[in-house]
Amino acid sequence: MPLLRVDNMSHFFGGLRAVHKYNLVLEPGHIVGLIGPNGAGKTTIFNLITGIHTPTSGNIELNGQNLIGRQPHEIAALGLGRTFQNILLWRHMNVLEHVKMACYSQLEYGLFGAFFGTPRRHREENRITAKALHLLKIFELSEYQAQLVTSLSYGVQRRVEMARAMAINPRVLFLDEPTAGMTPDELNRMITIIRDIHQNFEVAIFLIEHRLKFVMELCERIQTLVFGEIIAEGSPEEIQNNPQVIEAYLGSEDVS
Amino acid sequence: MARKIIETRSAVSGLVGKFRQSTRRIPLLAWLLGWLAAAATEYFVGDAISYYLGLPKIPVLFGCLLILKKPLFIPGVMGYLLLIYILPVIVVARLGRGPANRLAVLLARGSVFIATIIHLGLFYLALHIWADISDYRLLLLKLTMVAVILTLSLNVINGYMGEFSCSHPGFMALGAYTASTITLWLFADDKLFGSPLLSPALGPYLFPLALVCGGIVAALGAVIIAIPSFRTRGDYLAIISLAFLFIVKSVIENLEFVGGPRGMSSQPDYSSLPMVFLGMVSCVWIVNNFVTSTMGKALCAIRDNEMAAEAMSVNTRKTKIVTFMFGAFWAGVAGGLFAHILRYVNPGSFGIQRLAEILAMLYFGGLNSVTGSIIGAVSINIFSEALRPLELFKWIIIPLLLILVMLFRPTGLVAFTEFKVKKLMRPKG
Repeated sequence: MPLLRVDNMSHFFGGLRAVHKYNLVLEPGHIVGLIGPNGAGKTTIFNLITGIHTPTSGNIELNGQNLIGRQPHEIAALGLGRTFQNILLWRHMNVLEHVKMACYSQLEYGLFGAFFGTPRRHREENRITAKALHLLKIFELSEYQAQLVTSLSYGVQRRVEMARAMAINPRVLFLDEPTAGMTPDELNRMITIIRDIHQNFEVAIFLIEHRLKFVMELCERIQTLVFGEIIAEGSPEEIQNNPQVIEAYLGSEDVS
Repeated sequence: MARKIIETRSAVSGLVGKFRQSTRRIPLLAWLLGWLAAAATEYFVGDAISYYLGLPKIPVLFGCLLILKKPLFIPGVMGYLLLIYILPVIVVARLGRGPANRLAVLLARGSVFIATIIHLGLFYLALHIWADISDYRLLLLKLTMVAVILTLSLNVINGYMGEFSCSHPGFMALGAYTASTITLWLFADDKLFGSPLLSPALGPYLFPLALVCGGIVAALGAVIIAIPSFRTRGDYLAIISLAFLFIVKSVIENLEFVGGPRGMSSQPDYSSLPMVFLGMVSCVWIVNNFVTSTMGKALCAIRDNEMAAEAMSVNTRKTKIVTFMFGAFWAGVAGGLFAHILRYVNPGSFGIQRLAEILAMLYFGGLNSVTGSIIGAVSINIFSEALRPLELFKWIIIPLLLILVMLFRPTGLVAFTEFKVKKLMRPKG
């Protein structure tokens, strides 16, 4: 059974057709890439699956559970972690607090505990602190744990965002342009990080990316989206040689 | 000449440094003992000393009122402050440093709860003795404590969650009227509700329950603000909450059974100093517990980026409702206390003026900080009382102060800090 399954999903913003009959099957442990020119609707697809928008029609299932009509936080708690294209961090919070925050749905104390500081709350807080520290170690962020995120460099902020996404115990991880604005060095490092996550956490990854080198190297399967429609899907080699993809990216040779 | 200036300057900075050095090792416990000694000195020999210094009576607010009215009293007041406050505080804090540090070490080993109780006990004792001198001080102290509750509860909504809610006086009014109705109806012989239903002797003990009822009614009112907050933020929510404030005010003005625009009076005198102190301490304790938990940090996440919070499994709607209700609950409790301090409420006391006051205390003290709220509420309250003799100029000086704070520290004096009780009480030997 596939982990994430999207059937015939369409979405309209008013009269604008943003996504048309989109299908996705994500098996456990796979890495799938989504490429396409600017404005093709890639991020919209992310937002539809994660519940920020509700699709006009279609079906989404995560691990056999229907996601349509659920709030984004419920979908996240079901095991769907994500990062954002334009890094969305909380500017008055430090790195450790970021990762702890993503454990929100795993907290086993209620408001009473929060108000009166019960022993159970202390136990729970200690538990998620330990978990967060462990994650920070994996992402090589331990040295920054007490720093505010605004004081960190771009590459480090990306890593904080990924560590945070991993703290919700995801089964599927959505990465929205994980290498945007990175230097070649940082890019290579990001490839290793994503490979590590993929191997160590047993999570399926679905990513949007513009750098073809990066996508070709990581993904087992690639979808190409143009004007909200998938025009090609297949292995990296197939995509690389697909005339339609080349046309969408480079324009046609025909100049008559 | 220049060298001389530099020499004196270095001498002065050396002295300041030395003073700082010597105060750094004094734990909070010793300071509290010092204050207690000062309050006791004033209680026993204050009258005599003010007589010998040529003052008309004990200066109620550190002599500020007296100086501003008659500058001739400046030397006398200075002498009084030195003898009654500064000298005992310094002497006791210095001499008591050793034993206090040893005690603090002992307390640090035990539970935080017991240590806090001992510190609070000393603090309360000092306040009680200080307030015993005059009714004016007692009233000022109680109103300041109520202001602390109000500021702190507004900080949870405006500071931690970053919404701009203007309906705090409305919540306060709901709490004040509910608590007053309950106490007048059950425990007092009153022209609105007739003879008491229960024995008035029970009143002071059941008063906290009346306060909680007031808080709950205010919290229910807050749901009306919380629901629009799912969809709007910032200016729009500010306008909605302002509208709510006016709705509450005009509803109360038109409800005859709570006295309409004339208000309610002759509430029983249940807001004693210990009662108000207890209310304030529990408010600080619970608010601080909440905002330091991960559940409470969700407020900051919502403020800084709501979409990211939602994507990281934070239930933003529930958090918003809870926060609005929580803030309103404490505003309601503060309202109940306020009504029983003045023993009179009317709808006019919960208008824009009150809102401006609370907002000023909040933004002066600092957003996102329990310490900031306490500092803001206390300093603005004391300032506005101390500058009262200046009459018109008071309303120039205080706003000017606010403008300066906003210019140099846009988020307030002590913003974005955590209030750490353990650190406050730690030994400094």
